[in-house]
Amino acid sequence: MEILGEGIEWGTIIYSVAAFSVLMFVIGKFALKPLMGVMEKRQNQVNDDLDNAEKSRVEAEKYLEQQREELKAARVQAQETLEQASKMSEQQSREVLENAKQEAERIKEAAVQDIEREKEQALESVRDQVASLSVAIATKVIEKELDEKEQQKLIDSYLEEVEAK
Amino acid sequence: MDAQSIYWTPFELFGAPITFNVTTMITFSIAGLIVFLFTFLGAKKMAMRPTGLQNFIEWVIDFCRGIIKANMDWKTGGRFIALAYTLLFVIFVSNMMGIPFEMATNDTHSVIWKSPTSDPFLTLTLAAFVVILTHIYGIKLRGTKEYSLDYFRPKWFLFPFKIIEEFANTLTLGMRLFGNVFAKEVLMLLIVGLGTAGIGWGIAMFAPTMVWQAFGIFIGSLQAYIFAMLAMVYMSHKVESH
Repeated sequence: MEILGEGIEWGTIIYSVAAFSVLMFVIGKFALKPLMGVMEKRQNQVNDDLDNAEKSRVEAEKYLEQQREELKAARVQAQETLEQASKMSEQQSREVLENAKQEAERIKEAAVQDIEREKEQALESVRDQVASLSVAIATKVIEKELDEKEQQKLIDSYLEEVEAK
Repeated sequence: MDAQSIYWTPFELFGAPITFNVTTMITFSIAGLIVFLFTFLGAKKMAMRPTGLQNFIEWVIDFCRGIIKANMDWKTGGRFIALAYTLLFVIFVSNMMGIPFEMATNDTHSVIWKSPTSDPFLTLTLAAFVVILTHIYGIKLRGTKEYSLDYFRPKWFLFPFKIIEEFANTLTLGMRLFGNVFAKEVLMLLIVGLGTAGIGWGIAMFAPTMVWQAFGIFIGSLQAYIFAMLAMVYMSHKVESH
């Protein structure tokens, strides 16, 4: 390769510049430009996806926290309701017991009164009967033993008694 | 080892012979074709979920983007992605082409297959192309005044050195690539020539050939990277104010 002896190879120079320029132009225009567009688009998409994922994660965490709080509140409320219910039922049962006691007392009293009244009535009727019986007996006795005279004497004594009064 | 490229001088222009190095042209075209095919097959689908070749091409693009971002702002440097990508890929493929074999005609020892980057005209052309592009973009992006004033910064008496620097940049950029690849090919020829001298030599030279091929792959990749990197360094000197 005698560079000086042969002189400058202008043909080679022109050809290589032309070939390189054409190759560079074609590759740059029809391959690299669209491909880099795709690469940039992909990069943007990845960035967006990462951002979205981060956003979703934060949102999900927020929701989770919210749910947790709500659950806690619900639990507290349930506890309260339960307590209230048990308190109420206790009170109710106490009231029912009280009522029942009072009712029983009342019924007992009424029964005692009834008994008392019945007893009195019975006694009354017994007394009446005793009176009429005694009168009857007395009538019978008197009929048998009293004669006219005696009877008169008795009537008189009664009258006297009435008068004395 | 008097391997010669095939030359073709169809005509003269202004008294200067217009010589074509057919070997370089063919091999460089093949390198360009390989790059073209790989790039277009990789960029064909434009899938949002890349597979196979597209992954590879995107990796190369990302690599070039890394080179550019190491030197300048992406806003100014983004337009040079095609330059960096093509330089890196074409020079890499060119460097690799001479590693597995070299073809030459039997009678005249005319080489028809080699690394096109072992031709100094090609590498110097690429270097000059890059340096001229840096000047063009320097004027385009910063204006003629700023561009011209840069020759007198930071001190006016640095002007001659700045002029020398431009030529030195071109020369070193081209000659570095040429020197590395040419030396690799020369030594490869020596080793292979020795290996084909006899059965004993063949066995003895098997391991050195492999070692040298591995080293060839290494310097081939490294030089492609250095060329693209330096192209972007020179570009950043011209398009960014300091």
